[in-house]
Amino acid sequence: MSPGASYDGCVPSIVVDNLSKTYRVADKDPGLRGAVRHLLRRQHREVKAVRGVNLVIEPGEVVGFLGANGAGKTTVMKMLTGLVHPTAGRVEVLGHEPKRRRAALLRQITLVMGNKQQLVWDLPAGDSLRLNAAVYGIPDTEAKRRTDELCEVLGLGRDKELSQPVRKLSLGQRMKCELVAALLHHPKVLFLDEPTLGLDVNAQTAVRDFVGRYNAQHGASVLLTSHYMADITALCKRVVVIHRGQIHFDGPLDDLTTRFAPERQVRVELAEPVGAQGLSAYGVVESVDGRAATLRVPRDSVPAAVNRLLSDHRVVDLTVADAPIDEVVEKLFAHADAQGDTHADTPPDAGLAEPRP
Amino acid sequence: MSAWTRRLRAFFGIEYALMLTYRAEILLWAIATCLPLIMLGVWTQAAESGDFVHGPAWMARYFIAVFLVRQVTIVWVIHHFEYLVVSGRLSPQLLLPVDPVWRYAVAHLAEQACRIPIVAVMLVGCLLLFPAAWRGDATVGPWVPGWGALVGGALACMAAFTLRFLLQYTFGLFAFWLERVAAVHELVYLLILFLSGMVAPLEVFPAAARDAVLWTPFPWLVWFPAKLMMGEPAPVLRGFVTLGVWIVALAVVNRVVWIRGLKHYSAMGA
Repeated sequence: MSPGASYDGCVPSIVVDNLSKTYRVADKDPGLRGAVRHLLRRQHREVKAVRGVNLVIEPGEVVGFLGANGAGKTTVMKMLTGLVHPTAGRVEVLGHEPKRRRAALLRQITLVMGNKQQLVWDLPAGDSLRLNAAVYGIPDTEAKRRTDELCEVLGLGRDKELSQPVRKLSLGQRMKCELVAALLHHPKVLFLDEPTLGLDVNAQTAVRDFVGRYNAQHGASVLLTSHYMADITALCKRVVVIHRGQIHFDGPLDDLTTRFAPERQVRVELAEPVGAQGLSAYGVVESVDGRAATLRVPRDSVPAAVNRLLSDHRVVDLTVADAPIDEVVEKLFAHADAQGDTHADTPPDAGLAEPRP
Repeated sequence: MSAWTRRLRAFFGIEYALMLTYRAEILLWAIATCLPLIMLGVWTQAAESGDFVHGPAWMARYFIAVFLVRQVTIVWVIHHFEYLVVSGRLSPQLLLPVDPVWRYAVAHLAEQACRIPIVAVMLVGCLLLFPAAWRGDATVGPWVPGWGALVGGALACMAAFTLRFLLQYTFGLFAFWLERVAAVHELVYLLILFLSGMVAPLEVFPAAARDAVLWTPFPWLVWFPAKLMMGEPAPVLRGFVTLGVWIVALAVVNRVVWIRGLKHYSAMGA
């Protein structure tokens, strides 16, 4: 199926076809000698930040975009929002080419970056909201209604947080205000780059719930990057994993776990301690700590192994769980690296990526 | 109220509020831009003892007019824009459905509005220190600018501001390629300083040099509006045509560089 085609008849919100971005960066050795050498003879090298990425996101879909630092997530987001022009390939967001920066598109998208803010630092957040309302042409009464609605969900007070200079707000309060500013114009596509970065657990949950609610209410498409796997598991049914500028997985979150964590974790607490040797008959022993042990058991063998454990020993407690998602993703990266080592010339996306189901 | 009027009002409101926050900085800027007043002191002394076309009263009046022109045509967009590009803070502005140039232009107007009280105090101080400037002397009558001078001077100031803004902003756009464009623009500022009439009135230039300088855009940025404000005869048609041509040409160049520059923008750090 071609990247522009729709899976269920509706027009996709985002279509990315063979997208690449190469940066030219100055290569300079550290120290005085490096500085002088660079001054006399400049050397540059090309960094392929994104290589042949294909992606289709449907209206209302929430997609987790995973990758290590420097994997190319943010560069892809910048190209999707038109901030950075692609070196090659095609991008279409809501039927527009983002790099053209047409107002018709900019009115329908938003980008929230956890490490950057759009609010005016020295003025109350309310001033930035009023500015955004005017810029997006939202009538005053409607802007007030939307602000109140968004603030209520996020637990912000018009006379409290919105009337304080942004610099005086806590990180959590600031991010909530950022979200209000970013969503005031009711965008149809949300690009969220680490929106919970540095937030405490309560603020993370609030932001996460808010994004989920906005998606449900407005049917907006969301592309979310986060290093907090809780964000991904709570919001995204589908994940896209990018590594070294190439997409290595695109599919349901559950599939990712099944493919890269073929074993499940069985945590067991026994009435009497049993050594690692005694437990090795049920699976690979990860750890033994007195009466508690953790085993890795192939998915298909879990029922049989659990049955045998229950019949052979006096079991106080037993839980079966998937491996933590971040562990799964790490395995995927390791797999991709191993493939990269052996297939250095493989074309982009030739690794584990597969057509969307 | 049209959507554009509302946007511009909103820009002005937020920028004026910001400028009020930085009021101490604005006071220092206003003081730092009083070079014409220093020149006033130098040239009135020189005119008293030297052989010049004009006497001390004319010189005082000229440099007070230059001071006013300078205060309403100060442009700093290059420093602001360079910072936005290098830090990646341009990105949020690029995501808004309005070209950021409007916000920068309105920010300058807000800063000027914020500076009005300081400039008014400095102006009154100058007129008290150099009463000959408004009283006149044996060589020049009292300074009572008519409506023509006021309107002409105001229009020339607006055109000069637009041209200076476009000139500096166009240079600023090269921040997409070079990291320190403000330093490059310092060379242009040197030309403005010496050829615009800010350091010396064009009347004291040798005739050949004056004729040559009048073919550049620089004297029309300061000397021309100052002469109009003084109510002195000036080449009005040539002045406005020169300003208009430069404004149109720079606006075209600006848009071309903007479009090309955006291709180079890497949104560093953002």
